[in-house]
Amino acid sequence: MSGPVVVTGIGVVAPNGLGVDDYWSATLGGRSGIGPVTRFDAAGYPAKLVGEVPGFAAGEHLPSRLLPQTDHMTRMALVAADWALEDARMEPGGLPDFETGVVTASSSGGFEFGQRELENLWSKGGSHVSAYQSFAWFYAVNTGQISIRNGMRGPSGVVVSDQAGGLDALAQARRQIRGGIRMIVSGGVDGSLCPWGWVAQMAGNRLSSSEDPDRAYLPFDASARGHVPGEGGAILVLEDAGSARDRGVTGHYGEIAGYGATFDPRPGSGREPGLRRAVDLALADAGLTAREIDVVFADGAGVADLDRVEADTLEAVFGPHGVPVTVPKTMTGRLNSGAASLDVAAALLAIRDDVIPPTINVSVADTYRIDLVTAIRRTTIRAALVLARGQGGHNSAVVVRAPSSGT
Amino acid sequence: MTTPTITLDDLRRILRQSAGADEGVDLDGDILDLEFADLGYDSLALMETASRITREYGIALDDEAALTATTPRRLLAVVNGD
Repeated sequence: MSGPVVVTGIGVVAPNGLGVDDYWSATLGGRSGIGPVTRFDAAGYPAKLVGEVPGFAAGEHLPSRLLPQTDHMTRMALVAADWALEDARMEPGGLPDFETGVVTASSSGGFEFGQRELENLWSKGGSHVSAYQSFAWFYAVNTGQISIRNGMRGPSGVVVSDQAGGLDALAQARRQIRGGIRMIVSGGVDGSLCPWGWVAQMAGNRLSSSEDPDRAYLPFDASARGHVPGEGGAILVLEDAGSARDRGVTGHYGEIAGYGATFDPRPGSGREPGLRRAVDLALADAGLTAREIDVVFADGAGVADLDRVEADTLEAVFGPHGVPVTVPKTMTGRLNSGAASLDVAAALLAIRDDVIPPTINVSVADTYRIDLVTAIRRTTIRAALVLARGQGGHNSAVVVRAPSSGT
Repeated sequence: MTTPTITLDDLRRILRQSAGADEGVDLDGDILDLEFADLGYDSLALMETASRITREYGIALDDEAALTATTPRRLLAVVNGD
């Protein structure tokens, strides 16, 4: 199989919407899901705002057999996978087990579950630790659970590269499909909203300490002061286009057309950051020029020096104010490994509807010469570039392209 | 001191708490001689169940014995020392 790798199903669990339709209408409407932390008492921590997924009742969507053995973020991932497979019109057993697989991204595993069991260990003793601790807090747990639930037993794995993982997983999925696997369930749903997860994220020194939901996460703004973390993400069904047609699926959202990943040089080396090369690699891989990209979903770190690197990269590749740029993450916070997968979902929906969702709350600083989209913009979109950076120096870029006739 | 006796209903409750119940299984039905595998419980589910029995009833369970008891009747026999 050497045809295009296309997205045939999307499942979204986001702070501003459960399911694709809710998420997309909230995102186009500029409705934010950022608010005070409710999952635990954050009063004693410097960061107090978060993008929590509201109204997610796992028991309504999952069998009771799965509840004692899963962290909150795994439950959300399982439901997002169910929705994505349904969207792709994939019935259980619709393809041979070993011709389908699962590749997800992760940044921390099931920390809320893990914290509870570690508390049991030190306060009550080893006999009070759940047997499911053996896997519920692993990085690979979402991949494993999605694989078991859906009988997808082909090549599977997990990618861990912080925010960049949400793109790196899709690239790994595409690699497996090019190698002959018919379908990979991929993407990322993440979150570690518990004290342990919170202090782990604080250690990165990038969390916003603002208590105003409208002023806390302002990428490309002169007032940028870090980001708001969140939970959720998107699961996508990737397939070989020809294989999808063979099982009777004619339409799809678009093609994963290009990918590039680089690593930043050692801090202080004076060498150019790696983001530009990631963009160039992704464009070359897609066989597109910069002029053919209709919108960029930016990483949008919300940290001045990182915003500078990204704005400079976009100016260098596209020219000053040369391409519309948006950061819908301003409505959800940064969802660790779930963020970039959700951005890819948004990019595919933007292609479907010929509309660019806004970046909210931001007044772009004059020093960044980018065309930041701050109000919904209707325009033809044939190709979109999605950028993601992971703490530690990961840069990844994905190009998605509109369905062409025949694919 | 008398050793507490665990009934089938106790076991049903502990199974539900430890590992939930499979959608296709009527746990309240006549399950005494059904295999745990057929009830949808794998070895981890049984380890968790054994661990809860130990915690709640103070019955030290030999892991091997608990895991080799393949039906509710056999597990109850191990637990109650019959």
